[in-house]
Parts: sequence; structure tokens; C-alpha cells
Amino acid sequence: MTAANATSVHPIVLRASRLSKVYEMGEVSVHALKEVDLDLHEGELLVLLGASGSGKSTLLNILGGLDVASSGNLFFHHKSREQELSKASQTELTNYRREHVGFVFQFYNLIPSLTARENVALVTDIARSPMRPEDALELVGLGPRMHHFPAQLSGGEQQRVAIARAIAKRPHILLCDEPTGALDASTGRLVLSVLDRVNRETGTTTAIITHNAAIGEIGDTVVRMSSGEIVERHSNARRANVEDVQW
Amino acid sequence: MVARTGTSHGGSGGVFERLTATLALRPLNRKLLRECWHLKGQMLSIALVVATGIMTVVTMRGSYESLIGAQQRYYTDMRFADVWTSLRRAPESLREQIEAIPGVALADTRVGFLATLDLEGLDAPAQGRFVSIPENGRPVLNDILLKRGRYVVPGAPDEVILSEKFAIARGLNPGDTIRAIINGRSRELDIVGIAISPEHTYAVPPGSLLPEDDRYGVLWMGRRALGPAYDMDGAFNEAFVKLAPGANELAVIDGLNTLLAPYGGYGAYARRDQASHVMLQGELDQNRVMGTAMPAVFLGVAVFLLHLVLGRLIATQRGEIAVLKAFGYHDWEVGRHFLMFAVVAVVVGASIGTVGGIMLGDAYIGVYRQYFDLPDLEFRLSPGLLLIALLVSIAGAFTGALGAVRKAARLPPAEAMRPEPPARFKPGFIERLGIGRLLPASGRMILRNVERKPLQAFLSSLGVAFSVAILVIGTFMFDGVNHLIDLQFRQIQREDITVSFLQNLSGGARHDLARLDGVTRVETYRMAPARLRFGHWSRETAIQGMEPDGQLRRIITAGGGVQPLPADGLVLSRVLADRLRVNTGDTVTVEMLEGKRQITSVQIAGIVEDFLGVSAYMNLDALHRLTGEHDVISGAYLSVTESEREALNLQLKQVPAVGGVASPASMLATFEEQMAQNIFISVGFLIGFASVIAVGVVYNGARIALSERGRELASLRVMGFHRREVAVLLLGEQGIITVLAIPLGWVIGYGLAWVMVTGLQTDTFRIPYVVAPRTYMLSALITILAAFASGLAVRRRLDSIDLISVLKTRE
Repeated sequence: MTAANATSVHPIVLRASRLSKVYEMGEVSVHALKEVDLDLHEGELLVLLGASGSGKSTLLNILGGLDVASSGNLFFHHKSREQELSKASQTELTNYRREHVGFVFQFYNLIPSLTARENVALVTDIARSPMRPEDALELVGLGPRMHHFPAQLSGGEQQRVAIARAIAKRPHILLCDEPTGALDASTGRLVLSVLDRVNRETGTTTAIITHNAAIGEIGDTVVRMSSGEIVERHSNARRANVEDVQW
Repeated sequence: MVARTGTSHGGSGGVFERLTATLALRPLNRKLLRECWHLKGQMLSIALVVATGIMTVVTMRGSYESLIGAQQRYYTDMRFADVWTSLRRAPESLREQIEAIPGVALADTRVGFLATLDLEGLDAPAQGRFVSIPENGRPVLNDILLKRGRYVVPGAPDEVILSEKFAIARGLNPGDTIRAIINGRSRELDIVGIAISPEHTYAVPPGSLLPEDDRYGVLWMGRRALGPAYDMDGAFNEAFVKLAPGANELAVIDGLNTLLAPYGGYGAYARRDQASHVMLQGELDQNRVMGTAMPAVFLGVAVFLLHLVLGRLIATQRGEIAVLKAFGYHDWEVGRHFLMFAVVAVVVGASIGTVGGIMLGDAYIGVYRQYFDLPDLEFRLSPGLLLIALLVSIAGAFTGALGAVRKAARLPPAEAMRPEPPARFKPGFIERLGIGRLLPASGRMILRNVERKPLQAFLSSLGVAFSVAILVIGTFMFDGVNHLIDLQFRQIQREDITVSFLQNLSGGARHDLARLDGVTRVETYRMAPARLRFGHWSRETAIQGMEPDGQLRRIITAGGGVQPLPADGLVLSRVLADRLRVNTGDTVTVEMLEGKRQITSVQIAGIVEDFLGVSAYMNLDALHRLTGEHDVISGAYLSVTESEREALNLQLKQVPAVGGVASPASMLATFEEQMAQNIFISVGFLIGFASVIAVGVVYNGARIALSERGRELASLRVMGFHRREVAVLLLGEQGIITVLAIPLGWVIGYGLAWVMVTGLQTDTFRIPYVVAPRTYMLSALITILAAFASGLAVRRRLDSIDLISVLKTRE
């Protein structure tokens, strides 16, 4: 898949227009997002770059249905239906996350009392047409370690379990918040290559948040944020190999 | 922290900002105050458990001490006698000889008789116990306390003073008159006063087990008026003494018996065998057992919960402890700071408990005041008692807090600031059995969380189990009493009417009774006072002679079977047998205290486990052989046709020889009325306390689990789990703990019930060791409800969990 067809030919999955988010902190108002427009196409790999406090996490939270914008609209398109997430109830947002979104967190957030396989099964249990947990773990290269508990896995392995858990329900959108933030470079590359492969092989629309500009090279689209605004956006003519990315 | 457990001080801290600023508190103390406020739900539930413990001590032990104090003052003020005896007749001059018995400090004599009262509006005969009092001055011993009216005056032979309960039950007042048949003559008596006396705190009519205040009362009358009426001019038939300090009670009793035997002495007995004292003491003993056992259980549970909950609470503050240490606070300063949490909980709890305990104790004493007729009965609390309860609570809080604080303080700050490494889990016992495979992943999470810290789970379960156990021991007594009622009133006392004669009659009276209209069956009995001796143990009692094939009165064993009455030998209550240290087959010496006063050896033919009174049963014919009399009866049990009962009662009222007519049905009604009142008070009390315990464990357990696993649960919410699903994961653990606690609580409750049954044994009353399924169900239900309510409270916090911070923060 190339950048060109990913962004123009493929239909839009998420459309954000003029999204703003204001946090009232006592007497001060913090504008975390300022009228952001963003489209996410099916199968696209988006890399959101920005420093801490640039608003990238706020945007990702709103895209993932964890938070609601103060103003603006957010539409989710699925099977020729359109859902306005900016007006959805808490239960509708939960169902949106449950059925359509996969999350990967910086600190993995695995359930310590469950094995790798069971952590994945936790999500497949509530999904409509999930993969088998074993298949999801094979996809991230962890088939042989599926019966290990989180405490028995390295950081990179835990993050790969988290990715398997996120993709096992065959989400339409995979949202990753600093997935390599807690990992060393070589383990980070391993995790990114898994995300890259999942995106290519399953065609899952993927958004990765990072403060690491080098990672931008692996995306179809790179968006840079600063002070709640998108300050730069470009498409890569060709996605770089994860192995070639240096940081 | 993810859940709203660690970061929201700002919003609610306004009051405290101002308060702490005003008080110019050190930062650490401000932190303490703010966090106590922030954790107010948990702190309050811990404080309430402490309050419960202290409150039971204050209320129950305080009530007991107040009752005992009032009893002692009453006895002293009324010069209540130490040794009692009654006899047929002796000249007043004998009093000097009684006073001369070594060990006697004071002696007094009087005249006492039973007489029939003729009361309007009462279909059955009522009895009055007439007791003489000196017209000039007060009795030397066994004085009365006038509540209303005045004392009798010399030269007014028709003046009487009435016992208060009887006067109230009959609506009689000073100025009214009452008609009595005294020695065969009907006399109208003027009521001049209403009084109480320690001798008749409980006025139990002959042949009954319980006071029947509307048909049995005490009438005090001038000695010169009463004496002649019974041919007791210059004579007496009752005597009692006050012992000199250090006197040998047994020697005095022996001395009295020897002195009075020629005058038809019925045997002297000590105060501890005086009927009213026995009942009052029995009640007070029960109160002592309750007042000791219940507070001990509650305080024990409170201390245990403090230990459990504070330990876990402090364990969640690991990061803060590290920060304090990194800033240069010493271990002991950090330790002291966290121990202050315990102190705050105990101080708040103790304050609530003391105030609540005093209020409840006042209410308790209010109930006892109607029940126990003790003048000057006020709720009094000894400060020493409160201090002990307080120290025990603080010690419990400290031991709980200390372990966790020491563990946290010992960590190097850098290590403590890192979150605890991921907990190590492994498939537990249940899963190794293969059952785990049947569970969904969420079920395994719950199970492994329980199994990972089995000790913690067990201790939490034990905590909740105490809530169940307290409900069991609080309510099982009513099961026992129901069992007793069924046994006593449906299987043992099957007669419709119990007739007792004023004096023993010849057996021919049986036929007179049988001829009365409505009487369908007559069985006679004989009550013969006797002294039983075995080795150097002895005891005065009345041997009850019964017809061998009686259908109306039977001896029923604890198991419900009928114990046949042997042709010869005695059947004793278990309590009496234990007092005399005898077993079936042993031979006791029986000294009859009536008739020819023969002394015979009699074999113990059987021992029966019964629950009311202390009895010695014998075949009527065998008893006649012991007394040396032929066919003498003291009364009869009647079966009557219900439609004729009223007319029959009226007829019996007219028979001069009939002293009392009791009906088991009315006894049962009195009994059930008293029970209903007690049930209402104690059950309400216990449900409250047990709920506090269950809430204390479950609410704190869930809150701590929420702060320990908030991130985990928030992750699940992010992944699309609904609130309800996440709540199940969090509360499922508490659910398992509660479910495990129920059978455990039943077992503990059953054990404690046994301890109480044993401790509550008295001569008049023994609680059957019966726990009905209803009690088990009720205890489980109330505990589950309390746990459920706690779960709901925590769920509200879970619903407001902050989903976004989970993505960013590590802890």
C-alpha cells in the first residue's frame, strides 16, 4: 500500500472538523486543542508528532472516544453509516471503543493476574468477530510465550501482548499512545515493526503518537502538533522500513 | 492514581485549608488532616467499627455494672437477710436463741401465709402472700421500700401495704380496699401503701415458673393484726438472719436447722437460694455473660478490622512514604505520621462509641427499670472500663498500622518511589483442579486475585464471618426459647389448668375435682420439701410426686422423648444432679422436711436434661413411702372442655382449699410478651452492629482494591468494557470473600452460641442449644445486604474513574 492511495483512494474512517478542547483549571482556561481538522482514511498509518503538552494526546483521546471535544464535530464512518461521536453518550462511546477501537498504551496496562493469552482473551470475549487469541499472539511473534504472566515477560514482550490484545478484536482503528516510550531503541523498533506489519497485513487504520520525530518516516501521513494546533502535515511518498529508522 | 482516590484534594480541601492555616499546622499534620478527609468514607467505616466495639463495652458492661450496683445498694438499704428459714410454729422467745447462734449478727422473725384473694373481674382465684411487719418501727431485716402511701399504724388491724407490680396490674391504689379470705374468714382490707422489697423483686406464685402479677401479689400487714388471724400470737413461722462478718454460713444454717427442727423447720437456706434473688441473680448473671462476651467479641472484631484495614490503607501510601523519606524525614517521623491515621480513627470512633454507648446504656437501663424493679437504677459508667476499651482499640490499631508502616519505611526511597513490580500470579489451586478452564478470563482474574493473597482473603473473610457470627449468637437464643416453649408448653405441661391447694389434701380430693363440670381428666401431684445429700453436697428442693402413667405432665428429655417414671428412685434435672455431683445409679440421702421428717436413702433412677427450674421427680406412691403419709396431694393437673373453662374457673374460685389456679396458656402469653420485647431490642441492636462490621470489611476491601487496581480497571474501561462489567471484576473478589465468610461465620457463631449457652445456665432457666435454619438464613441475608450496599457505594467511585490518565501515567 502506498501513501498516495491510502489517503486519497480509501474512504474516510474518522473525520474531525474544528475540534477544540478547553480544560477549565480553576480560573484559568487551558486550550488543549484549537480547531483541529483531521481525516483518517481506511488502512492509513498516521504518525502524530509533538512535544509534551502539544495536544496530541488530547486529540487521540477524543478520536478514541475517551474524551469529548468542547466544540467541533467528529464523525465515525463504518459500513456506509455515519456516527457523530461528538454527540454520543457515555454508553455509545463505550460501545464505540468496544467494537471499533484498539488501544496500545505507553505502559502496556496488562492485567497482571492474567496470562498473555488470557489478556487477549479478555477482549476477544467481548468482541463480535475476533481473531483467536493464539492467532493474535502469533501475529506479534509471541505464540510460544502465550501462557506467561506479565511479570514473566520483558517490557517489549508485554507491549507486544498489548498490541495483540488491541488487534485481536479486529478493530477498525488502532490507537497507540507512545507505544515505544518506555522501551529501549532496539525493543522499540521491534514493537514498531509489529505495528507496521499489522497495519499492512490487516489493513487496520492506525494512529501512533510519539515525540520521536524519526518514527514519522514509517507513516503514510505525518502530522506535527504544537500548542493544540496542527502546524505541519505531510505524506511520505514511501513508508520507510522500521529497521532503517534511526534514533 | 487513576481512580479518584489520590489526586482530588484540591476540591474538597477548602475547609481544611482554612482550618489548617488557622491552626498553623505543620505540613505533615495538614497532610494527615486532608488525607483523613479525603479518605473519609474509609476512615469513617473504620471509626464506626471502633465505635461499635466501644459502644458495646459501654452499653452492655456499663448496664451490668449499673444493675449490680443498684442491686447491692438496694440489698444493703433494705437489710436483705443472708440466711432464711420457715417452720411450722415457734414461740417468739426462740428469737433470742437464734441470735445466740455463733455467726449471727441480727435475727428477725415474722408470720407469713398464703391466702386467697377475692378480686372482681378475675375469673380464676388469685393468691396473696401475707407477710407480717412490725407496727412500731421497721423490720430489723427484710425491710420494704414504700413507693406510695404510708406505713401501717398500730391499732388498725385491717391496714395492708401492697406490692407495687400487683397493685399496678390490678389498678389498686392507697385508699382502695381488697377482699381476702384469711384463715377461712372473708375480710375487707384497707390499702394504705404501695411498696417493693428485694425479697419479692420477682413474685412467683406457687406452682408457676414466672411471675403472674395480675393474680399473685404480696400484702404486708401488721404483725399484731396478722398473727392472731393465723393463731400466731406471740409466735412466728418465718425467720432470717444477717451474718456477722466472717461468719461460717454453713454452720449458721446447721445451727438454725438443729434449733428449729423440733418446731417443724423446713430447712434453712442461704440468700443464693432465695427464690426472688435466684431469679434476679440469674438475670444479672445472664447480663454479665452478655455484658462480657458480646463486648469482647465486638472489641476483638474491631481490633482485628483495624489491624486489617489500616494495614492495607497504609500499604497503598507507599509512594508518599518514599517521597517523605527522600525529603529527609526520618523513619520514625514517617512511622508516627501514618500511625496518626490509626489514632484519628480510634479517637473519632471512641468518641462516637462513648456518646452512643451512654445514650444506648441509658435506654437499656430504661428497659431494665420496667423489668427489674430496682430503685435507684441509673446508668453509671466507670471510667476505668472506658479506658481499657480505648487502650485495647488503640493497641489493635497500632499493631495493624505498624506492620505496614515498618515495611514501607524500611524501603530505600528510590525503590519505594517506583511502583511495586507487577504482582506475580500463577494459576491457583482451584484452576489446577481444572475448574478454572470453565471460567472466562474475567472470572480467572477474580479468582487469582483472591488466591494470590490467600491470607489477606482469609482474614477479610474472617472479618465478615464475625458479622455473620454476631447475628447468629444474637438471634439463636430466640430459637432456643422457641424450642423451650414448644417443649415446656406443648409437651411437658399438657394440662389446661394447674390447681394448687392451700394445704395438702387427702387423695379423695381427686374425685371432687373430677366431678366438676367440664373436667375431663385429673392427675394429682404432691410437692414435698426435702433436703438431698450426696457426700458433703446438699441441696433443698421440693420432690415432685407424679402419677406414674400421667398424660398431662410428663418428663421429657432434651431429645424430646418421654422419660418413663420408675416405680422407685428419683429423676433429677441435670442442673440439680450436677450440683450434687451425682450420676444415675448413685444413692442420695433424702431428708424430708415435712410430715414425719424421715431420712431415707434413695437411688437416682435417671437424670433429665430440662431447661426450666430445678426438679426432682418421683413416683407418687414412692414419695408417699418417703413422707410416711398415705395418699396426700398438693394439687392436680386438669384437662377441661374449653367451653366449660370459664365456669370452672369461677367454681374453683369458690373452693376455700384451692390456693391457686394457673393456666399454662396464660403463662405462655406472659412469656411470649417478654420475649417479643427483648427480640425487638436486641435484634435491632445486633443488625446495626453486624452491618457495621460487614461494611467495614467489604467497603474498605473494595476501596483498597480500587486504589490498588484502579489502573487495571481503567484500562479495561478504555478497551470498551462497560461500567457494570468492570464493577463485577472489582466487586467479584469481595463477593467471593463474603460468600466464603458465610459458612465460616455459621461455624464461629455455632461455637460462640455454645459458649453462651454454657455461660447463661441458671437454676431457673437454661437456653437450649438450638440454632434454627431461620437464624442461619437471617445472618447470611443481613451480611449479604450490608456487603451489597458497600459494593454499591464503591461502584459509584468506580463509575467516575478517570480514563485518560491511565494512558499517560504509570501509577
